[in-house]
Amino acid sequence: MMISARGLRKSYGGIEAVKGIDVEVSAGEAFGFLGPNGAGKSSTMRMIAAVSPVDAGSLEILGMDPATHGSEIRARLGVCPQEDSLDNELSVMENLVVYGRYFGLSRAEASSRAKEQLAFVQLTERAKSRVEDLSGGMKRRLSVARSLINQPDVLLLDEPTTGLDPQARHQLWDRLFRLKQQGVTLVLTTHYMDEAEQLCDRLVIMDNGVIVAAGSPLELIAAHSTREVTELRFGVGDNESMAEKVADLADRVEVLPDRLLLYTDDGEQASQAVHDRELHPVSSLVRRATLEDVFLRLTGRTLVD
Amino acid sequence: MTRPVTSTGHDPDPVPGGARTLGLRVFPLFAAGHWRVVERNFLLYRRAWKVFLTGMLEPVLYLLSIGVGVGGLVGDFTLADGGAVSYVEFVAPAMLAASAMNGALFDATYGIFFRMKYEKLYDAMLATPLRPRDIARGEITWALLRGACYSAAFIVVMVAMGLVRSWWMVLALPATMLIGFAFAGAGMALTTWMRSWQDFEFVSLAIMPMFLFSATFYPISTYPDPVEAVVRWTPLYQGVVLCREMSLGALGWDALVAVVYLAVMGSVGMYVASRRIGRLLLK
Ligand SMILES: Nc1ncnc2c1ncn2[C@@H]1O[C@H](COP(=O)(O)OP(=O)(O)OP(=O)(O)O)[C@@H](O)[C@H]1O
Ligand SMILES: [Mg+2]
Repeated sequence: MMISARGLRKSYGGIEAVKGIDVEVSAGEAFGFLGPNGAGKSSTMRMIAAVSPVDAGSLEILGMDPATHGSEIRARLGVCPQEDSLDNELSVMENLVVYGRYFGLSRAEASSRAKEQLAFVQLTERAKSRVEDLSGGMKRRLSVARSLINQPDVLLLDEPTTGLDPQARHQLWDRLFRLKQQGVTLVLTTHYMDEAEQLCDRLVIMDNGVIVAAGSPLELIAAHSTREVTELRFGVGDNESMAEKVADLADRVEVLPDRLLLYTDDGEQASQAVHDRELHPVSSLVRRATLEDVFLRLTGRTLVD
Repeated sequence: MTRPVTSTGHDPDPVPGGARTLGLRVFPLFAAGHWRVVERNFLLYRRAWKVFLTGMLEPVLYLLSIGVGVGGLVGDFTLADGGAVSYVEFVAPAMLAASAMNGALFDATYGIFFRMKYEKLYDAMLATPLRPRDIARGEITWALLRGACYSAAFIVVMVAMGLVRSWWMVLALPATMLIGFAFAGAGMALTTWMRSWQDFEFVSLAIMPMFLFSATFYPISTYPDPVEAVVRWTPLYQGVVLCREMSLGALGWDALVAVVYLAVMGSVGMYVASRRIGRLLLK
Protein backbone atom coordinates (compact mmCIF):
# COMPACT_ATOMS: atom_id res chain seq x y z
CA MET A 1 0.00 0.00 0.00
CA MET A 2 1.52 3.33 -1.06
CA ILE A 3 -0.93 5.55 0.77
CA SER A 4 -3.20 4.54 3.56
CA ALA A 5 -5.42 7.00 5.42
CA ARG A 6 -7.99 6.31 8.11
CA GLY A 7 -10.33 8.88 9.57
CA LEU A 8 -8.12 11.64 8.20
CA ARG A 9 -9.06 15.13 9.41
CA LYS A 10 -7.79 18.63 8.85
CA SER A 11 -9.05 21.98 10.00
CA TYR A 12 -7.79 25.52 9.66
CA GLY A 13 -8.88 27.65 12.56
CA GLY A 14 -12.60 27.03 12.68
CA ILE A 15 -12.93 25.64 9.16
CA GLU A 16 -13.03 21.86 8.86
CA ALA A 17 -11.53 21.18 5.44
CA VAL A 18 -11.30 17.39 5.69
CA LYS A 19 -13.77 15.62 7.94
CA GLY A 20 -12.57 12.09 8.40
CA ILE A 21 -11.81 10.33 5.13
CA ASP A 22 -10.50 6.83 4.42
CA VAL A 23 -8.28 6.40 1.38
CA GLU A 24 -6.09 3.55 0.22
CA VAL A 25 -3.90 3.73 -2.84
CA SER A 26 -1.89 0.72 -3.92
CA ALA A 27 1.32 0.63 -5.91
CA GLY A 28 1.01 1.38 -9.60
CA GLU A 29 -2.51 2.66 -9.31
CA ALA A 30 -3.85 5.92 -10.73
CA PHE A 31 -6.08 7.43 -8.11
CA GLY A 32 -8.20 10.55 -8.37
CA PHE A 33 -9.88 13.05 -6.07
CA LEU A 34 -12.81 14.66 -7.78
CA GLY A 35 -14.83 17.44 -6.25
CA PRO A 36 -15.97 21.05 -6.45
CA ASN A 37 -14.11 24.09 -5.07
CA GLY A 38 -13.47 23.84 -1.37
CA ALA A 39 -14.17 20.10 -1.19
CA GLY A 40 -10.89 19.52 0.63
CA LYS A 41 -8.90 17.99 -2.24
CA SER A 42 -5.83 20.18 -1.89
CA SER A 43 -5.88 19.91 1.88
CA THR A 44 -5.80 16.15 1.53
CA MET A 45 -3.05 16.29 -1.09
CA ARG A 46 -0.89 18.45 1.15
CA MET A 47 -1.22 15.98 3.99
CA ILE A 48 -0.22 13.18 1.63
CA ALA A 49 2.72 15.28 0.41
CA ALA A 50 3.96 15.38 4.01
CA VAL A 51 3.85 19.17 4.17
CA SER A 52 0.72 19.52 6.29
CA PRO A 53 0.36 17.86 9.67
CA VAL A 54 -2.61 15.57 10.19
CA ASP A 55 -5.08 16.80 12.82
CA ALA A 56 -6.68 13.44 13.54
CA GLY A 57 -6.80 9.96 12.12
CA SER A 58 -3.88 8.01 10.76
CA LEU A 59 -1.86 8.46 7.61
CA GLU A 60 0.87 6.30 6.18
CA ILE A 61 2.76 7.12 3.01
CA LEU A 62 5.17 4.57 1.52
CA GLY A 63 4.82 2.74 4.82
CA MET A 64 6.06 5.72 6.81
CA ASP A 65 4.48 8.22 9.15
CA PRO A 66 4.72 11.77 7.75
CA ALA A 67 4.94 13.22 11.25
CA THR A 68 8.24 11.49 11.90
CA HIS A 69 9.63 10.68 8.44
CA GLY A 70 8.53 13.68 6.39
CA SER A 71 11.89 14.20 4.76
CA GLU A 72 12.30 10.53 3.80
CA ILE A 73 8.79 10.43 2.36
CA ARG A 74 9.24 13.62 0.37
CA ALA A 75 12.45 12.26 -1.12
CA ARG A 76 10.35 9.70 -2.99
CA LEU A 77 7.39 11.88 -3.92
CA GLY A 78 6.89 14.14 -6.91
CA VAL A 79 4.60 17.05 -6.17
CA CYS A 80 2.90 19.42 -8.56
CA PRO A 81 0.99 21.84 -6.33
CA GLN A 82 -2.23 23.54 -7.39
CA GLU A 83 -0.51 26.91 -7.48
CA ASP A 84 2.81 26.97 -9.28
CA SER A 85 5.64 27.52 -6.82
CA LEU A 86 8.36 27.95 -9.40
CA ASP A 87 11.50 29.88 -8.57
CA ASN A 88 10.94 33.19 -10.33
CA GLU A 89 14.48 34.35 -9.69
CA LEU A 90 15.95 31.50 -11.73
CA SER A 91 15.72 30.52 -15.39
CA VAL A 92 13.61 27.63 -16.66
CA MET A 93 16.57 25.26 -16.85
CA GLU A 94 17.96 26.38 -13.50
CA ASN A 95 14.59 25.72 -11.91
CA LEU A 96 14.87 22.06 -12.77
CA VAL A 97 18.56 21.66 -11.96
CA VAL A 98 18.31 23.41 -8.61
CA TYR A 99 15.25 21.39 -7.71
CA GLY A 100 17.12 18.21 -8.54
CA ARG A 101 19.90 19.40 -6.26
CA TYR A 102 17.40 19.79 -3.39
CA PHE A 103 16.82 16.07 -3.79
CA GLY A 104 20.53 15.40 -3.53
CA LEU A 105 21.16 14.64 -7.20
CA SER A 106 24.67 15.28 -8.45
CA ARG A 107 25.05 18.31 -10.70
CA ALA A 108 25.62 16.17 -13.78
CA GLU A 109 22.64 13.97 -13.08
CA ALA A 110 20.42 16.93 -12.28
CA SER A 111 21.23 18.67 -15.55
CA SER A 112 20.84 15.60 -17.70
CA ARG A 113 17.44 14.89 -16.16
CA ALA A 114 16.51 18.53 -16.49
CA LYS A 115 17.20 18.46 -20.22
CA GLU A 116 15.18 15.29 -20.59
CA GLN A 117 12.21 16.79 -18.75
CA LEU A 118 12.38 20.05 -20.68
CA ALA A 119 12.27 18.17 -23.94
CA PHE A 120 9.28 16.25 -22.76
CA VAL A 121 7.24 19.30 -21.81
CA GLN A 122 8.48 20.99 -24.98
CA LEU A 123 10.18 23.88 -23.30
CA THR A 124 13.69 23.21 -24.59
CA GLU A 125 13.75 26.43 -26.61
CA ARG A 126 12.77 28.33 -23.48
CA ALA A 127 15.49 26.81 -21.31
CA LYS A 128 17.16 30.17 -20.74
CA SER A 129 13.97 32.22 -20.31
CA ARG A 130 13.02 33.72 -17.02
CA VAL A 131 10.11 31.90 -15.46
CA GLU A 132 8.17 35.14 -15.29
CA ASP A 133 8.20 35.39 -19.06
CA LEU A 134 6.45 32.05 -19.56
CA SER A 135 2.73 31.81 -20.24
CA GLY A 136 0.48 30.28 -17.61
CA GLY A 137 0.28 26.96 -19.43
CA MET A 138 4.05 26.82 -19.88
CA LYS A 139 4.55 27.41 -16.18
CA ARG A 140 2.17 24.56 -15.49
CA ARG A 141 4.16 22.29 -17.77
CA LEU A 142 7.37 23.33 -16.06
CA SER A 143 5.81 22.49 -12.70
CA VAL A 144 4.98 19.03 -13.95
CA ALA A 145 8.51 18.59 -15.31
CA ARG A 146 9.93 19.70 -11.99
CA SER A 147 7.84 17.20 -10.06
CA LEU A 148 9.43 14.39 -12.07
CA ILE A 149 13.06 15.39 -11.56
CA ASN A 150 13.61 12.95 -8.69
CA GLN A 151 11.97 10.05 -10.55
CA PRO A 152 9.34 9.68 -7.84
CA ASP A 153 7.59 6.50 -6.80
CA VAL A 154 4.41 8.43 -6.17
CA LEU A 155 3.40 11.45 -8.20
CA LEU A 156 0.96 13.90 -6.62
CA LEU A 157 -0.70 16.23 -9.10
CA ASP A 158 -3.10 18.88 -7.86
CA GLU A 159 -5.13 19.96 -10.88
CA PRO A 160 -2.29 19.28 -13.29
CA THR A 161 -4.06 20.36 -16.46
CA THR A 162 -5.78 23.52 -15.27
CA GLY A 163 -4.76 26.24 -17.69
CA LEU A 164 -3.40 23.91 -20.35
CA ASP A 165 -4.62 24.07 -23.92
CA PRO A 166 -6.26 20.90 -25.24
CA GLN A 167 -3.14 19.75 -27.04
CA ALA A 168 -0.88 20.17 -24.03
CA ARG A 169 -3.52 18.49 -21.93
CA HIS A 170 -3.60 15.40 -24.10
CA GLN A 171 0.17 15.27 -24.18
CA LEU A 172 0.27 15.34 -20.42
CA TRP A 173 -2.32 12.59 -20.17
CA ASP A 174 -0.25 10.51 -22.52
CA ARG A 175 2.84 11.13 -20.46
CA LEU A 176 1.07 10.27 -17.21
CA PHE A 177 -0.23 7.14 -18.81
CA ARG A 178 3.30 6.08 -19.71
CA LEU A 179 4.56 6.84 -16.22
CA LYS A 180 1.84 4.65 -14.87
CA GLN A 181 2.93 1.83 -17.14
CA GLN A 182 6.41 2.19 -15.70
CA GLY A 183 4.93 1.55 -12.30
CA VAL A 184 4.64 5.07 -10.91
CA THR A 185 1.69 5.54 -8.61
CA LEU A 186 -0.38 8.56 -9.63
CA VAL A 187 -2.60 10.59 -7.34
CA LEU A 188 -4.37 13.53 -8.89
CA THR A 189 -7.16 15.96 -8.25
CA THR A 190 -9.30 17.43 -10.95
CA HIS A 191 -12.52 19.18 -11.77
CA TYR A 192 -12.62 17.57 -15.17
CA MET A 193 -14.74 14.49 -15.59
CA ASP A 194 -13.06 13.43 -18.79
CA GLU A 195 -9.68 13.66 -17.13
CA ALA A 196 -10.82 11.51 -14.24
CA GLU A 197 -12.40 8.98 -16.60
CA GLN A 198 -9.32 8.87 -18.82
CA LEU A 199 -6.66 8.62 -16.18
CA CYS A 200 -8.03 7.14 -13.00
CA ASP A 201 -8.33 3.48 -12.18
CA ARG A 202 -10.16 4.45 -9.08
CA LEU A 203 -11.41 7.69 -7.70
CA VAL A 204 -13.29 9.23 -4.85
CA ILE A 205 -15.79 12.03 -5.13
CA MET A 206 -15.34 14.53 -2.34
CA ASP A 207 -17.77 17.16 -1.24
CA ASN A 208 -17.53 19.35 1.80
CA GLY A 209 -14.66 17.45 3.33
CA VAL A 210 -16.16 14.01 3.07
CA ILE A 211 -16.04 11.22 0.49
CA VAL A 212 -19.47 10.76 -1.01
CA ALA A 213 -18.62 7.91 -3.37
CA ALA A 214 -15.68 5.72 -4.33
CA GLY A 215 -14.92 3.27 -7.11
CA SER A 216 -13.76 3.01 -10.70
CA PRO A 217 -15.37 5.47 -13.12
CA LEU A 218 -17.53 2.72 -14.61
CA GLU A 219 -18.57 1.38 -11.23
CA LEU A 220 -19.56 4.81 -10.08
CA ILE A 221 -21.66 5.43 -13.16
CA ALA A 222 -23.29 2.02 -12.88
CA ALA A 223 -24.05 2.52 -9.20
CA HIS A 224 -25.31 6.09 -9.25
CA SER A 225 -26.65 6.76 -12.69
CA THR A 226 -28.55 5.21 -15.55
CA ARG A 227 -26.66 4.23 -18.67
CA GLU A 228 -27.90 7.12 -20.78
CA VAL A 229 -29.09 10.65 -20.33
CA THR A 230 -31.42 12.71 -22.47
CA GLU A 231 -30.80 16.43 -22.21
CA LEU A 232 -33.72 18.69 -23.06
CA ARG A 233 -33.52 22.44 -23.37
CA PHE A 234 -36.71 24.42 -23.22
CA GLY A 235 -36.88 28.20 -23.13
CA VAL A 236 -35.43 29.93 -20.12
CA GLY A 237 -37.85 29.59 -17.19
CA ASP A 238 -39.84 26.79 -18.80
CA ASN A 239 -37.63 23.94 -17.66
CA GLU A 240 -39.21 23.73 -14.21
CA SER A 241 -42.78 23.37 -15.48
CA MET A 242 -41.81 20.96 -18.23
CA ALA A 243 -40.17 18.66 -15.71
CA GLU A 244 -43.58 17.53 -14.45
CA LYS A 245 -44.75 16.69 -17.94
CA VAL A 246 -41.85 14.36 -18.63
CA ALA A 247 -41.34 12.95 -15.13
CA ASP A 248 -42.85 9.58 -16.02
CA LEU A 249 -40.60 9.09 -19.05
CA ALA A 250 -37.41 8.47 -17.06
CA ASP A 251 -36.13 6.87 -13.88
CA ARG A 252 -35.28 10.31 -12.60
CA VAL A 253 -35.40 13.88 -13.84
CA GLU A 254 -32.94 16.59 -12.80
CA VAL A 255 -33.81 20.23 -13.33
CA LEU A 256 -30.88 22.51 -14.08
CA PRO A 257 -31.24 26.23 -14.75
CA ASP A 258 -30.69 25.75 -18.47
CA ARG A 259 -31.85 22.20 -19.15
CA LEU A 260 -33.60 19.05 -18.00
CA LEU A 261 -31.76 15.77 -17.59
CA LEU A 262 -33.75 12.58 -18.09
CA TYR A 263 -32.02 9.55 -16.62
CA THR A 264 -32.99 6.44 -18.47
CA ASP A 265 -31.36 3.35 -19.91
CA ASP A 266 -32.76 4.15 -23.34
CA GLY A 267 -32.27 7.80 -24.09
CA GLU A 268 -33.48 7.61 -27.70
CA GLN A 269 -36.78 6.22 -26.57
CA ALA A 270 -37.26 8.96 -24.01
CA SER A 271 -36.40 11.57 -26.59
CA GLN A 272 -38.98 10.08 -28.97
CA ALA A 273 -41.61 10.02 -26.23
CA VAL A 274 -41.02 13.71 -25.50
CA HIS A 275 -41.48 14.38 -29.19
CA ASP A 276 -44.69 12.33 -29.29
CA ARG A 277 -46.14 14.49 -26.54
CA GLU A 278 -45.47 17.51 -28.73
CA LEU A 279 -43.47 19.29 -26.06
CA HIS A 280 -40.97 20.70 -28.58
CA PRO A 281 -37.77 21.36 -26.68
CA VAL A 282 -35.42 23.91 -28.27
CA SER A 283 -32.89 21.13 -28.43
CA SER A 284 -32.62 17.56 -27.34
CA LEU A 285 -29.56 15.37 -27.05
CA VAL A 286 -28.88 11.82 -26.00
CA ARG A 287 -25.54 10.96 -24.40
CA ARG A 288 -23.90 8.37 -22.21
CA ALA A 289 -23.89 9.03 -18.49
CA THR A 290 -20.66 10.49 -17.09
CA LEU A 291 -19.14 11.15 -13.71
CA GLU A 292 -20.75 14.56 -13.88
CA ASP A 293 -24.11 12.83 -13.55
CA VAL A 294 -22.85 10.81 -10.64
CA PHE A 295 -21.72 13.96 -8.95
CA LEU A 296 -25.01 15.68 -9.60
CA ARG A 297 -26.87 12.75 -8.18
CA LEU A 298 -24.80 12.60 -5.04
CA THR A 299 -24.53 16.26 -4.22
CA GLY A 300 -27.41 17.87 -6.05
CA ARG A 301 -24.97 20.24 -7.73
CA THR A 302 -23.04 20.42 -10.94
CA LEU A 303 -19.29 20.26 -10.70
CA VAL A 304 -18.34 22.72 -13.40
CA ASP A 305 -20.82 25.07 -14.98
CA MET B 1 12.45 8.08 -19.15
CA THR B 2 14.25 5.13 -17.57
CA ARG B 3 14.01 4.39 -13.92
CA PRO B 4 17.28 3.16 -12.50
CA VAL B 5 16.91 0.55 -9.81
CA THR B 6 20.00 1.65 -7.96
CA SER B 7 20.39 5.21 -6.81
CA THR B 8 23.28 6.07 -9.09
CA GLY B 9 23.82 9.71 -9.76
CA HIS B 10 23.52 10.66 -6.12
CA ASP B 11 26.08 12.74 -4.35
CA PRO B 12 28.28 11.11 -1.76
CA ASP B 13 26.93 13.60 0.76
CA PRO B 14 23.44 12.45 1.57
CA VAL B 15 20.36 14.63 1.53
CA PRO B 16 18.72 15.20 4.89
CA GLY B 17 16.19 12.50 4.13
CA GLY B 18 18.85 9.90 3.49
CA ALA B 19 20.70 7.84 6.02
CA ARG B 20 22.66 10.17 8.27
CA THR B 21 26.02 9.16 9.52
CA LEU B 22 27.29 9.91 12.99
CA GLY B 23 29.60 12.55 11.55
CA LEU B 24 26.69 14.45 10.11
CA ARG B 25 24.80 14.29 13.36
CA VAL B 26 27.71 15.74 15.27
CA PHE B 27 28.64 18.36 12.68
CA PRO B 28 25.35 19.35 11.09
CA LEU B 29 27.14 22.22 9.34
CA PHE B 30 28.55 19.70 6.89
CA ALA B 31 25.21 18.05 6.19
CA ALA B 32 24.19 18.63 2.61
CA GLY B 33 20.72 20.07 2.98
CA HIS B 34 21.45 23.68 3.73
CA TRP B 35 24.27 23.89 1.21
CA ARG B 36 21.67 23.31 -1.51
CA VAL B 37 20.00 26.49 -0.37
CA VAL B 38 23.34 28.30 -0.43
CA GLU B 39 23.99 26.95 -3.90
CA ARG B 40 20.67 28.24 -5.16
CA ASN B 41 21.49 31.73 -3.94
CA PHE B 42 24.96 31.54 -5.40
CA LEU B 43 23.49 30.75 -8.81
CA LEU B 44 21.35 33.84 -8.54
CA TYR B 45 24.15 36.18 -7.51
CA ARG B 46 26.52 34.93 -10.16
CA ARG B 47 24.42 36.97 -12.55
CA ALA B 48 24.04 39.91 -10.22
CA TRP B 49 27.74 40.54 -9.61
CA LYS B 50 27.28 44.25 -10.29
CA VAL B 51 24.97 44.53 -7.31
CA PHE B 52 27.64 42.69 -5.40
CA LEU B 53 30.29 45.25 -6.29
CA THR B 54 28.22 48.26 -5.35
CA GLY B 55 27.45 46.57 -2.04
CA MET B 56 31.18 46.46 -1.38
CA LEU B 57 31.65 50.10 -2.27
CA GLU B 58 29.10 51.54 0.11
CA PRO B 59 30.87 51.06 3.46
CA VAL B 60 34.13 52.25 1.92
CA LEU B 61 32.43 55.50 0.91
CA TYR B 62 31.18 55.90 4.47
CA LEU B 63 34.69 55.41 5.74
CA LEU B 64 36.07 58.04 3.42
CA SER B 65 33.36 60.54 4.20
CA ILE B 66 33.15 60.22 7.97
CA GLY B 67 36.52 58.81 8.85
CA VAL B 68 38.70 60.94 6.65
CA GLY B 69 36.40 63.92 6.19
CA VAL B 70 35.12 64.35 9.72
CA GLY B 71 38.35 62.94 11.12
CA GLY B 72 40.22 65.89 9.59
CA LEU B 73 38.21 68.24 11.77
CA VAL B 74 38.29 66.18 14.96
CA GLY B 75 41.92 65.25 15.24
CA ASP B 76 43.43 62.54 17.50
CA PHE B 77 42.04 61.63 20.86
CA THR B 78 43.02 59.61 23.88
CA LEU B 79 41.50 56.25 24.77
CA ALA B 80 40.60 55.05 28.25
CA ASP B 81 43.91 53.17 28.48
CA GLY B 82 45.87 56.29 27.71
CA GLY B 83 46.85 55.50 24.09
CA ALA B 84 46.16 58.00 21.33
CA VAL B 85 44.37 57.13 18.08
CA SER B 86 43.34 59.15 15.10
CA TYR B 87 39.61 59.53 14.58
CA VAL B 88 39.62 57.50 11.39
CA GLU B 89 41.45 54.65 13.14
CA PHE B 90 38.81 54.77 15.82
CA VAL B 91 35.82 54.85 13.55
CA ALA B 92 36.91 52.37 10.83
CA PRO B 93 36.43 49.14 12.86
CA ALA B 94 33.02 50.40 13.99
CA MET B 95 32.08 50.92 10.34
CA LEU B 96 33.22 47.40 9.66
CA ALA B 97 30.99 46.03 12.40
CA ALA B 98 28.04 48.18 11.36
CA SER B 99 28.28 47.15 7.73
CA ALA B 100 28.38 43.47 8.74
CA MET B 101 25.21 44.12 10.73
CA ASN B 102 23.45 45.96 7.93
CA GLY B 103 24.33 43.43 5.26
CA ALA B 104 23.14 40.49 7.33
CA LEU B 105 19.96 42.26 8.35
CA PHE B 106 19.10 43.22 4.81
CA ASP B 107 19.42 39.63 3.59
CA ALA B 108 17.64 38.16 6.58
CA THR B 109 14.72 40.58 6.74
CA TYR B 110 13.68 41.99 3.36
CA GLY B 111 15.23 39.13 1.42
CA ILE B 112 13.64 36.40 3.49
CA PHE B 113 10.26 38.11 3.68
CA PHE B 114 10.14 38.47 -0.09
CA ARG B 115 11.01 34.84 -0.65
CA MET B 116 8.70 33.53 2.00
CA LYS B 117 5.58 35.61 1.39
CA TYR B 118 5.75 36.55 -2.27
CA GLU B 119 7.96 34.10 -4.08
CA LYS B 120 6.71 31.10 -2.08
CA LEU B 121 10.23 29.80 -2.46
CA TYR B 122 10.23 27.95 0.83
CA ASP B 123 6.97 26.21 0.09
CA ALA B 124 8.66 24.71 -2.94
CA MET B 125 11.76 23.78 -0.96
CA LEU B 126 9.69 22.12 1.74
CA ALA B 127 8.09 19.81 -0.81
CA THR B 128 11.54 18.24 -1.20
CA PRO B 129 13.58 16.46 1.48
CA LEU B 130 14.72 19.86 2.76
CA ARG B 131 13.45 20.79 6.20
CA PRO B 132 12.77 24.15 7.82
CA ARG B 133 16.11 24.06 9.61
CA ASP B 134 17.93 23.52 6.31
CA ILE B 135 16.27 26.65 5.00
CA ALA B 136 17.16 28.72 8.07
CA ARG B 137 20.72 27.43 8.12
CA GLY B 138 21.12 27.80 4.39
CA GLU B 139 19.89 31.37 4.21
CA ILE B 140 21.96 32.41 7.20
CA THR B 141 25.06 30.68 5.83
CA TRP B 142 24.54 32.51 2.57
CA ALA B 143 24.18 35.85 4.37
CA LEU B 144 27.45 35.13 6.17
CA LEU B 145 29.35 34.20 3.05
CA ARG B 146 28.14 37.24 1.20
CA GLY B 147 28.88 39.45 4.19
CA ALA B 148 32.37 37.93 4.48
CA CYS B 149 33.19 39.09 0.93
CA TYR B 150 32.14 42.65 1.82
CA SER B 151 34.05 42.60 5.09
CA ALA B 152 37.18 41.25 3.45
CA ALA B 153 37.11 44.08 0.93
CA PHE B 154 36.64 46.60 3.71
CA ILE B 155 39.48 45.13 5.74
CA VAL B 156 41.78 45.35 2.73
CA VAL B 157 40.88 49.02 2.37
CA MET B 158 41.60 49.56 6.07
CA VAL B 159 45.00 47.92 5.76
CA ALA B 160 45.79 49.89 2.62
CA MET B 161 44.92 53.12 4.40
CA GLY B 162 47.21 52.19 7.28
CA LEU B 163 44.39 52.07 9.81
CA VAL B 164 45.26 48.68 11.24
CA ARG B 165 47.73 48.42 14.11
CA SER B 166 47.67 44.75 14.97
CA TRP B 167 47.93 41.28 13.49
CA TRP B 168 44.84 40.45 15.50
CA MET B 169 43.06 42.00 12.56
CA VAL B 170 43.19 38.69 10.71
CA LEU B 171 40.52 37.59 13.20
CA ALA B 172 38.35 40.53 12.25
CA LEU B 173 36.96 38.57 9.31
CA PRO B 174 35.56 35.74 11.45
CA ALA B 175 34.47 38.42 13.90
CA THR B 176 32.37 40.15 11.26
CA MET B 177 30.90 36.78 10.32
CA LEU B 178 29.91 36.32 13.92
CA ILE B 179 28.26 39.73 13.90
CA GLY B 180 26.51 38.72 10.68
CA PHE B 181 25.41 35.46 12.25
CA ALA B 182 23.91 37.24 15.25
CA PHE B 183 21.95 39.74 13.19
CA ALA B 184 20.97 37.31 10.42
CA GLY B 185 19.63 34.85 12.98
CA ALA B 186 17.73 37.46 14.95
CA GLY B 187 16.55 39.22 11.78
CA MET B 188 15.26 36.03 10.20
CA ALA B 189 13.46 35.06 13.37
CA LEU B 190 11.80 38.48 13.59
CA THR B 191 10.87 38.37 9.93
CA THR B 192 8.69 35.34 10.51
CA TRP B 193 6.41 37.58 12.57
CA MET B 194 6.20 40.34 9.96
CA ARG B 195 2.79 40.74 8.37
CA SER B 196 3.57 43.35 5.77
CA TRP B 197 6.37 45.59 4.53
CA GLN B 198 5.24 48.27 6.98
CA ASP B 199 6.34 46.10 9.88
CA PHE B 200 9.92 46.51 8.75
CA GLU B 201 9.74 50.10 9.96
CA PHE B 202 10.17 48.67 13.44
CA VAL B 203 13.45 47.11 12.41
CA SER B 204 14.71 50.44 11.06
CA LEU B 205 13.46 52.07 14.21
CA ALA B 206 15.67 49.78 16.27
CA ILE B 207 18.68 49.76 13.97
CA MET B 208 19.07 53.45 13.23
CA PRO B 209 19.63 54.62 16.83
CA MET B 210 21.77 51.59 17.50
CA PHE B 211 23.94 52.48 14.52
CA LEU B 212 24.32 56.07 15.67
CA PHE B 213 24.73 55.60 19.40
CA SER B 214 26.56 52.28 19.97
CA ALA B 215 29.93 53.94 20.48
CA THR B 216 30.32 53.86 16.74
CA PHE B 217 31.35 57.49 16.25
CA TYR B 218 32.68 58.35 19.72
CA PRO B 219 33.84 56.43 22.80
CA ILE B 220 31.25 54.98 25.14
CA SER B 221 32.82 56.95 28.01
CA THR B 222 31.09 60.02 26.56
CA TYR B 223 27.82 58.82 28.11
CA PRO B 224 26.68 59.28 31.70
CA ASP B 225 26.85 55.96 33.56
CA PRO B 226 23.20 54.82 33.32
CA VAL B 227 23.17 55.38 29.55
CA GLU B 228 26.50 53.67 29.18
CA ALA B 229 25.14 50.61 30.99
CA VAL B 230 22.35 50.33 28.44
CA VAL B 231 24.48 50.95 25.36
CA ARG B 232 27.01 48.39 26.54
CA TRP B 233 24.46 45.62 26.02
CA THR B 234 23.29 46.43 22.53
CA PRO B 235 24.42 43.77 20.07
CA LEU B 236 26.07 46.32 17.81
CA TYR B 237 28.16 47.66 20.67
CA GLN B 238 29.38 44.10 21.26
CA GLY B 239 30.31 43.83 17.61
CA VAL B 240 32.03 47.21 17.59
CA VAL B 241 34.09 46.29 20.65
CA LEU B 242 35.17 43.07 19.00
CA CYS B 243 36.31 44.73 15.78
CA ARG B 244 37.89 47.71 17.47
CA GLU B 245 39.93 45.65 19.88
CA MET B 246 41.22 43.54 17.02
CA SER B 247 42.09 46.51 14.90
CA LEU B 248 43.86 48.37 17.67
CA GLY B 249 45.41 45.22 19.11
CA ALA B 250 43.98 45.82 22.59
CA LEU B 251 42.25 42.52 23.18
CA GLY B 252 40.54 42.05 26.54
CA TRP B 253 37.82 40.05 28.25
CA ASP B 254 35.32 42.31 26.56
CA ALA B 255 36.06 40.51 23.32
CA LEU B 256 35.28 37.12 24.81
CA VAL B 257 32.01 38.40 26.22
CA ALA B 258 31.16 39.77 22.79
CA VAL B 259 31.88 36.43 21.12
CA VAL B 260 29.63 34.56 23.50
CA TYR B 261 26.92 37.22 23.30
CA LEU B 262 26.85 37.21 19.49
CA ALA B 263 27.06 33.43 19.17
CA VAL B 264 24.13 32.95 21.53
CA MET B 265 22.09 35.63 19.78
CA GLY B 266 22.67 34.02 16.38
CA SER B 267 21.99 30.47 17.56
CA VAL B 268 18.78 31.38 19.33
CA GLY B 269 17.66 33.40 16.31
CA MET B 270 18.38 30.57 13.90
CA TYR B 271 16.59 28.05 16.07
CA VAL B 272 13.53 30.26 16.45
CA ALA B 273 13.55 31.03 12.72
CA SER B 274 13.53 27.37 11.72
CA ARG B 275 10.78 26.55 14.22
CA ARG B 276 8.70 29.46 12.98
CA ILE B 277 9.18 28.59 9.31
CA GLY B 278 7.94 25.10 10.09
CA ARG B 279 4.94 26.48 11.94
CA LEU B 280 4.06 28.97 9.24
CA LEU B 281 4.56 26.92 6.11
CA LEU B 282 3.85 23.36 7.19
CA LYS B 283 0.24 23.87 8.17
N1 LIG C 1 -4.26 27.51 4.51
C1 LIG C 1 -5.58 27.58 4.74
N2 LIG C 1 -6.05 28.40 5.71
C2 LIG C 1 -7.36 28.48 5.96
N3 LIG C 1 -8.30 27.77 5.32
C3 LIG C 1 -7.90 26.95 4.35
C4 LIG C 1 -6.52 26.80 4.00
N4 LIG C 1 -6.43 25.91 3.01
C5 LIG C 1 -7.68 25.51 2.74
N5 LIG C 1 -8.58 26.12 3.53
C6 LIG C 1 -10.03 25.92 3.53
O1 LIG C 1 -10.29 24.54 3.51
C7 LIG C 1 -11.36 24.23 2.65
C8 LIG C 1 -10.90 23.22 1.62
O2 LIG C 1 -9.95 23.82 0.78
P1 LIG C 1 -9.12 23.00 -0.31
O3 LIG C 1 -8.12 23.93 -0.85
O4 LIG C 1 -8.65 21.74 0.30
O5 LIG C 1 -10.25 22.69 -1.39
P2 LIG C 1 -10.11 22.09 -2.85
O6 LIG C 1 -10.99 20.91 -2.90
O7 LIG C 1 -8.71 21.90 -3.21
O8 LIG C 1 -10.75 23.27 -3.72
P3 LIG C 1 -10.34 23.81 -5.18
O9 LIG C 1 -11.03 22.96 -6.16
O10 LIG C 1 -10.88 25.19 -5.19
O11 LIG C 1 -8.86 23.77 -5.28
C9 LIG C 1 -11.83 25.55 2.06
O12 LIG C 1 -12.95 25.98 2.79
C10 LIG C 1 -10.67 26.48 2.29
O13 LIG C 1 -11.12 27.78 2.51
MG1 LIG D 1 -7.47 22.63 -4.57
